[in-house]
Amino acid sequence: MAEKSFVRMEMLPEQAPPASSVGVIGWVRANLFSSWFNSILTVISIYFIWRVLAGILPWVFLSVWDADSLAGCREVIAANWPGAESAEHACWAVINERWLQLLYGFYPPELYWRPNLAIILLFVALAPVLFADRVPRKLLYVTMVYPFLMPWLLWGGTIWGPLMAAAGFVIGFYVIKILSDEIGALSAMIVGVLATVTWWLGAGPAVADALSGTLPIGIEAVESRKFGGFMLSVLIGVVAIGVSLPIGIVLALGRQSDLLIVKGICVGFIEFIRGVPLITLLFVASTLLNIFLPPGTNFDIILRVMIMVTLFAAAYMAEVIRGGLAALPKGQYEGADSLGLDYWQSQRLIIMPQALKISIPGIVSTFIGIFKDTTLVSIIGLLDPLGLANAIRADAAWNGVYWELFAFIALLFFVFCFSMSRYSMYLERKLQTDHR
Amino acid sequence: MKKSIFFGTLALSGIAAGAAAAGTLDDVKARGKLNCGVSTGLVGFAAPDANGNWDGFDVAVCRAVAVATLGDANAVEFVPTTGKTRFTALASGEVDMLARNTTWTFSRDVDLKFEFVGVNYYDGQGFMVPKDLGVSSAKDLDGATVCIQTGTTTELNLADFFRSNNISYEPVPIETNAEAQQQYLAGACDVYTTDASGLAATRATFENPGDHVLLPEIISKEPLGPLVRHGDSEWGDIVRWTLNAMITAEELGVTSANAGEMAGGTNNPEINRLLGSEGTLGEMLGLSADWAKNVIMSQGNYGEVFERNIGENTPIGLARGLNAQWTNGGLIYSPPFR
Repeated sequence: MAEKSFVRMEMLPEQAPPASSVGVIGWVRANLFSSWFNSILTVISIYFIWRVLAGILPWVFLSVWDADSLAGCREVIAANWPGAESAEHACWAVINERWLQLLYGFYPPELYWRPNLAIILLFVALAPVLFADRVPRKLLYVTMVYPFLMPWLLWGGTIWGPLMAAAGFVIGFYVIKILSDEIGALSAMIVGVLATVTWWLGAGPAVADALSGTLPIGIEAVESRKFGGFMLSVLIGVVAIGVSLPIGIVLALGRQSDLLIVKGICVGFIEFIRGVPLITLLFVASTLLNIFLPPGTNFDIILRVMIMVTLFAAAYMAEVIRGGLAALPKGQYEGADSLGLDYWQSQRLIIMPQALKISIPGIVSTFIGIFKDTTLVSIIGLLDPLGLANAIRADAAWNGVYWELFAFIALLFFVFCFSMSRYSMYLERKLQTDHR
Repeated sequence: MKKSIFFGTLALSGIAAGAAAAGTLDDVKARGKLNCGVSTGLVGFAAPDANGNWDGFDVAVCRAVAVATLGDANAVEFVPTTGKTRFTALASGEVDMLARNTTWTFSRDVDLKFEFVGVNYYDGQGFMVPKDLGVSSAKDLDGATVCIQTGTTTELNLADFFRSNNISYEPVPIETNAEAQQQYLAGACDVYTTDASGLAATRATFENPGDHVLLPEIISKEPLGPLVRHGDSEWGDIVRWTLNAMITAEELGVTSANAGEMAGGTNNPEINRLLGSEGTLGEMLGLSADWAKNVIMSQGNYGEVFERNIGENTPIGLARGLNAQWTNGGLIYSPPFR
């Protein structure tokens, strides 16, 4: 029994994993070639991706930027890539020549700073709403001023018009504040709204006229007909998105109300608007209203369209928010009641914050949908990007250009919609309070 | 009962609208701008350039009327209208006139209560086929697939043509001209049919226009012209005679280049009456004596406008054909300036 046995006395040092299971190779093996079936799928997929990219990339990058017509583009293509079909190379020259028009429509070029400033201020005004924890709260003042500043910047004219419109809100606010102690909250609110509307319809414009007569402060006016391109889409989209959310909340609350008339009006409105295609509403705005209104009435076509799109968005928004309200357990309502909060307090402090949080994906989805729906205005003759694409093709030099224009427009829309979508995901993560 | 009240109110407001809108010329002068309805974009007829200035064959009519009434070719607000909004825009007073390749038909003239003041382009529905299809007449198209815009008169004309010739076809419905071009080039249909001017413009954009031919048959009448609404005949007269002035100018050899010189007086009394050196034609219209001279000097005569926008030296390359002066065997004919 003299056999020796060997026992290792020390631990072996840790070795690096084999080269085939780390780094790029490891990742590829684990994710792409983990079994024979996956390997086949990977090879097939790579083949298809390669086929698609091989078609698209040369088209996008081996392209013509300098030419004054489609025929010019074709000459350059024939010279640079002999034997190539012209469809194999993009003719970005059309974008090069018309990109300002696609962005701003017929807005006077020397005034481009105004829409530019308007959109910069839009982000400043949105910052305290969207990123409340990162920017100073003082910026909220910009947010409050913006709804009056933006139309003035875009349409120009005297400054007194927007100021008087703002004054209407101030008047309404103080009427409600002063009267609510005297005659009760509901009556005060009704009187306040009436006072505001009277001011807008009666005294306000008169005062604005008088003031602009004596103190003509203003900037060059731009007619609505000059609006177009992507600026028009963003304008209609932003207004519809910004205004439809509050209206939608009110409608959603109204629909759940116990007051018969309020509930009836809200349900009727929501169901009617949702039951009618947007394009129908746009036709009403563009053609029917013209016939009903007395001749000579200058009811701005863009304003009409914005109102219709806003109403449309509000009806959808109301249903999305109602979904959020319905998802709240009854205990939340009862909890709010047991704290002795009144209706508006409990909505503001308990119900809405939770309901809106639940509805974020639906709300943003509606926003994106509405933003894309603004392209429908091309059907009633407004020159949004799609309408302009048609108008540009009507130029004999560019007749026959399709993909380049649509690709450019699609890119612009994608940037906006994708940002909205990413923001909504950020917001959901930020507001996540449950412990999943 | 309720219905009749509703329509009664509508009718009343219609009358009120008509009454208030009388005096379009005064409205235009007070506004300082002519509101002219044009297409949202049709090659050669109306298109904005990179700076947003509209140009084209129909646009020239708008500009001519602006020159006649306001003396300024740029005093025009171009209102883009689609096929669906054009008639309401005119009826409601949003535009003063429509110069938008609109076919003059009985029902539009009578039932929709518009007044076509003339014809500035005689169009007709034609066919385009690839050359290698080897077809030389539309009657050989038995069994062909045809790209056709839905909901237009071209669709009905096509059905009539094939039925009366006892041949069959298969329609490929498409929505817009842009879509049609793509479908046709991709070979989704053998034949593309629409107005002959549109076919020519489309063919001009192809990489190899020579590979496609327009068939000789024209199967419909499409007289295109400017129109105004009923109720203001004086305004209609202004638009009508502005168009006629351009047509007469071509017939008499008055061009934008020589109109200024001829306005000094010529041996031809009709030229003198047209250019205002003789007679009081301008005054009768409520315009200045030299209105027609201004129109011709600014926009040119009919032939010049045609050549500049859609003629044979443009990419669209339309021959005068039916749109030649009556003295050259065409249909373009203006009543005399007398």
